[in-house]
Amino acid sequence: MKTSFPWRRAGAAAAAAAVLAVSGLTLAACSSPAHPAASGTAIAIAITPGSGQPSLAGMPGSTATDPVTQPSAPMASMSMPSSAGAQAPAGTPVSADRVAIKNFAFAPAAITVKAGTTVTWTNQDSDAHTVTSQNNAGPLNSQALNTGQSFSYTFTTPGTYHYLCTIHPFMTATVTVTR
Amino acid sequence: MTNPMTRRQFARHTGWFGAAVVLSVAGGEVVSHIADTRDSITAAATADTNTLRFVQVSDSHIGFTGPANTDVTASFTQAVDQVNSLGFRPDFVLHTGDLTHLSAPGQFDQVKQMMSGLRTDRVFTVPGEHDSVDDHGRAYRRAFAQATGGDGWYSFDTHGVHFIALVNTLSLEKLGHLGTEQIDFVRRDVAGLSSDTPIVVFSHIPLFAMYPQWGWSTDDALQVLNLLKRFSSVTALNGHVHQLFSRVEGNVTFHSATTTAYPLPGPGRAPAPTPQVLPARQLHTALGIRTVTYRQGTTALAITDQELA
Repeated sequence: MKTSFPWRRAGAAAAAAAVLAVSGLTLAACSSPAHPAASGTAIAIAITPGSGQPSLAGMPGSTATDPVTQPSAPMASMSMPSSAGAQAPAGTPVSADRVAIKNFAFAPAAITVKAGTTVTWTNQDSDAHTVTSQNNAGPLNSQALNTGQSFSYTFTTPGTYHYLCTIHPFMTATVTVTR
Repeated sequence: MTNPMTRRQFARHTGWFGAAVVLSVAGGEVVSHIADTRDSITAAATADTNTLRFVQVSDSHIGFTGPANTDVTASFTQAVDQVNSLGFRPDFVLHTGDLTHLSAPGQFDQVKQMMSGLRTDRVFTVPGEHDSVDDHGRAYRRAFAQATGGDGWYSFDTHGVHFIALVNTLSLEKLGHLGTEQIDFVRRDVAGLSSDTPIVVFSHIPLFAMYPQWGWSTDDALQVLNLLKRFSSVTALNGHVHQLFSRVEGNVTFHSATTTAYPLPGPGRAPAPTPQVLPARQLHTALGIRTVTYRQGTTALAITDQELA
């Protein structure tokens, strides 16, 4: 890469060293004779399913000789829901029944609410996130929340609910529900 | 990494990215060299008909809207055009996941239509976690994996190379996960292959520990890699991390591909793997496509990464 992204600058020296090391290898590699062909048998050029595979996976490309299967639905227009009003201003304190999803973290990461409380999560990141019970062993199962989208759930049973984002599963948090 | 690295292996290990790092496999030995992209592409274009040439694209994130890339559809269109003007027709094109951003039906339709314009005979895919949000990959499989068993994994053969497509983005709990059913599939799948069959395995999330803190690893990948230990040449291709990265561990060479959508920070170089906003004119340099060639007879597998033009 000839570009220097801010996050790559620190590694520039290391990268340069790596290039030198690899260049040295090139010379070594060029001087060694090419490995002879393993066998002289005819080669199967066609793409065939692996043994035990019921049929060939994938979809035909535009030059496939088989009839090209057209996707059934027409081209969908990509309209995103408006995020107006859903996004809390930066720096706004998050009350106990509201959780922000921001900078790849749930904030607050642990909240305590009384049974019957509706908790609302709002995604303030540019990437999508989910609110999903850990081990699929709980009631939380949101759709993917795009920027500005919210998800709400009303907790009726006391207990501790562990959840994560299935897209970025290192994002974890809990809701504790009391009587 | 059960074996200590030789000095040569270490040298390769440090050569983990570049505009065009070419890794050749000769007699089971991997050798790297920096190559001019145009030279490699020309070489690939003039190769004989016994040469396998395929393209890897990844992480198109159709449906993403954000400052890191305000038009991912245009970027992916550009990638498709670039594949179609390589100067040769790739045997197949492989998309290593995160086809869509939100697993929405309209997004699957859109990316499928875009890929049907690829001038190639076959397009293969594996799902990313963005393609399997909250439905265990059902919508993905409806769109792309109806001819597969299990949860969408499969294998195929061409030009004497055996390809295995793995799914490691379902039910994420921390890291990528394959599961025993899929590992059993690999065991049966490779059982009848001779050990000099070149193996290419591809998945969305890396099968090596690139940066587990951000989930850039697969918790049970070692079980699959152990099944592939007896093969002299194993190449693992993945997406997910939106940047070029290569590593050699034992008999396996791992290559992370870049994205056609938006860059992510280098491992640990930011508090979180947030989409990186680059100056508009620089974005295309972080995006790209990859060409892989394998010439039967020279037993060479070469990988060339190109920036999005």
